[in-house]
Parts: sequence; C-alpha cells; structure tokens
Amino acid sequence: MTLNWFRLASPATFYPVAGKLIPWFAWPAALLACVGVALGLAGAPTDFQQGDAYRIIFIHVPSAWLSMFLYLVMAFWGAMSLGFNTRLSAMMAQAIAPTGALMTFIALVTGSFWGRPTWGTYWAWDARMTSELILLFLYLGVIALRSAIDDPRRADRACAVLSLTGAINVPIIYYSVKWWNTLHQGASVRPGESKMATVMLVGMLIMSFAAWFYSIAVTLHRARSIMLERESGSAWVNALAETRP
Amino acid sequence: MTREADSPPVSTAAGAVLPGVRWALVRDLRIALRSRSELAVQLLFYVIVVALFPLSTTPERNLLSTMGPGVLWVAALLASLLSLPRLFAADYADGTLEQIALSPYPLEALVSGKILAHWLTTGLPVALLAPLLGVQYQMDGESLAVLAAALLIGTPILSLLGAIGAALTLGLRAGGSLLALLILPLYVPVLIFGAGSVDAARSGLGATANLSLLTAGLIIAVVGAPFAAATAVRIALD
Repeated sequence: MTLNWFRLASPATFYPVAGKLIPWFAWPAALLACVGVALGLAGAPTDFQQGDAYRIIFIHVPSAWLSMFLYLVMAFWGAMSLGFNTRLSAMMAQAIAPTGALMTFIALVTGSFWGRPTWGTYWAWDARMTSELILLFLYLGVIALRSAIDDPRRADRACAVLSLTGAINVPIIYYSVKWWNTLHQGASVRPGESKMATVMLVGMLIMSFAAWFYSIAVTLHRARSIMLERESGSAWVNALAETRP
Repeated sequence: MTREADSPPVSTAAGAVLPGVRWALVRDLRIALRSRSELAVQLLFYVIVVALFPLSTTPERNLLSTMGPGVLWVAALLASLLSLPRLFAADYADGTLEQIALSPYPLEALVSGKILAHWLTTGLPVALLAPLLGVQYQMDGESLAVLAAALLIGTPILSLLGAIGAALTLGLRAGGSLLALLILPLYVPVLIFGAGSVDAARSGLGATANLSLLTAGLIIAVVGAPFAAATAVRIALD
C-alpha cells in the first residue's frame, strides 16, 4: 500500500488526520514532562559549583533549543508555501509562530532566573541572551506582520519572506558563542564528550522530547483551528458542522 | 502575454539588468533632488539625535569617546529607518509601482536601482557626516577614519535589508511602527560589527576583522536582498 503524501496537503484531508495525531503527541508530552521533572528535581544530584540553581536548565535548555529550531521549521513551511503555493504549509507556519515565541520567552525568563544566583545579575548583555532576545523580536515581527495584513494569502507570503530573511539570523545566534567572547558558559551538550552527569543529561533529553511533543501537539491543534477559520464556508467544513452540531 | 508585446524590445533578461538598475537609479535620484529639503531634514534628524545623547548623560570626555561610535551607529540606524517609507510608499500610493513592475526590465534590477538611489541620498551623506559629529564626541583621528569606513560599508546593508521591510509593509495601516519592529532586529548584526570595529581599532586589535565581516554581510545582502525585496513588492501588488 502506498501512501499519497500530497493528499495530506489538502486541509480537508489533513484536518481529521491532525485530530487523530494530537493525542499521540499530547499524552507522551505530559508523561515525559512528569518523568523529566521528577528526574530533574529529585533524581539528579546537586551541582558542586552551581548548587541547586542549575536545575532550571531542565526547562531552560529544551525551550532554548526549540525556540531556534521552531523558527527554522516556520521558515521551512514558509519556503514551502512560497515555492509550491500550498495553503496548508502557510497555515502550519502561522500555527508555529506563537509556540516559538512562547519558547523564546520561557528561555529568556528561565535564563535570567538562572543568571541571578550564578552571575549575580538578572540580565547580562551576553551574546546568546541578546540573540535570544532578537529571536523573540523576530517572532513578534512575524506575528505582528500577519495581524496587520487583512488578506490571508498576502499575509502568508509576506510572513514567509520575512521569516526566511530572519532565518539567516538563526545560525548567527548559534555560532555567536564562538564569534564573541562572553561570559556565557559554552554549549553544555556535545556529541561524544559531555561534561554532565548521566542523570542530568537523561533528564534534560527527556524534557527536550516533552517540549518537542508539546510543540507538535499544540501546533497541530492551532493549525486545525486556523483551517476551520480560513476555510469556513467550504464544503468540507459545512459537512463537518452537520455531523457534529 | 501583453507584457512582452507592449514593451520595447529587450533581447535577454540578463542584458536588461544593468539598464534597469540605471533607469531606476536615475529616476529616483532625480525625484530625490527635486525634494532636497526632505533630504536635508533627514540629515538634520541625524545631527539632532546625536546631539541629544551628551545632553541626556554627561559631557565627560572619556565617556563620550567611549559611547560615540555606538551613538553614531544607532542614529544612523534610526535615520535609515525614518527614510525607508520614501523607497516605495509614494510610488505605491499613486500606482507608479504597478506600472514599474509591468516594465520589461526585471523587477529585481529596478528594485536594486531604487535601493542604490536610497543609499546615495541617505546612507552616504550620513557616513560622510559622521566623522564631523564624531569630533563632538572627542573621538581621535584613527577612530573617525574607521567609523567612516564602517559606515560606508554598513549603510548600504541598512538600505538593502530595509527595502525588504519597506516592501512588506506597503499599504498597511500600522506601517511605520511595524517597519521598525520588522527591520531593527535584522539590523543588529550590522550594528554590532559596525560599532565594534571602532572599539577593536581603539583597543589595538585592529578593525580588519570587523570590517571584513561587514563586507561579507554587504556581499550577501547585495546578492540576496534585491530578490527578497522584489518578491515582497510583487506580494504587495497582487
């Protein structure tokens, strides 16, 4: 049996599929978050340098990873919508933006809470903090541009151009650690050689998967709402309304 | 397609690039020179913003020479932002932009010409004026030279990136403030390397690395931005 992927590009087909997929991401996200928090708060040992303050990394690192990754995914869907002129890609890009902005915000707030006991200040103009702040502005710019344009098709394409332009900034964010000499500690996780205890690493990876699954579930849910809103009046939405009054 | 039928014969798209750039450049320069007072006001804005910082902090010499490059760069960013609506908005409002987009020249070439004209009338004067204002900030000769060089390389990037934002916000109600939100974050790397070049020169590291990075950014922007801006113009005209 071959699956025709292009059939899924139609909102009418994708709407029920997304509805079936959401529990498969939402429940693992909740489960993994419980395990990750238990490991992070109770399982992992106290750090000999930073004390218990380091435990915020179990939220900080996953949200920081996702904040950058989601921007690239949003730009990817934007590129797909520009290139193939598909409605669903633009809807996905639109659905990702608020979650990405939320992750960036969480990364910034948790980072400053970690910075207070460790660096002695809530905010240092360090390269990674600053670029994360710029990333938040980029997300807010995309969201603001969409809400300023009344025509959804023009909004789709304008946001795609903007997010692709901003995507050039994301590698600069990542490599800023190497480019600028600052007081932010180097990247904690490297393949092969890790300085962290295994329990910490496992807890952090579990939390990363939890954040990842959460983002997918929320994005799909938001995409479903966007589909209904944009396609209201079309035959499949009307049929849907009749079966479920 | 009427587009080909009604237009003067242009052999190839590639052959039409330079004439297209030249046509748009000459046209926009001519329009800019007819409203010289507008250009003067933009330069005055730059001078005034730069003059406000010592008044709001302290006229202490060491502090001024430390923050001088940063202030001059931030003011250059703001001056560029303020002048961006001039790039497309008037042409969009009276329908000229639609006619321009129908011309046989590639839209990317016409947009490049408009961006070049924008830089010649806003970025270049700012870069030439900056060393004079730097003297007010007690900057020494070497710092002034590096500052001028960095502004000469960096301000075209501001015009190029700004063109994308200006085209994206064409005809939108919240245009001006939205443009600031879209474009200022993209300006940040230019600001960091531009202002950083003067600091690097003063600390003995040499400004070469920063100026090279700025030049690399300029090359990327020259290659990519006209395409993005032209796409944004087409989106706005649809």
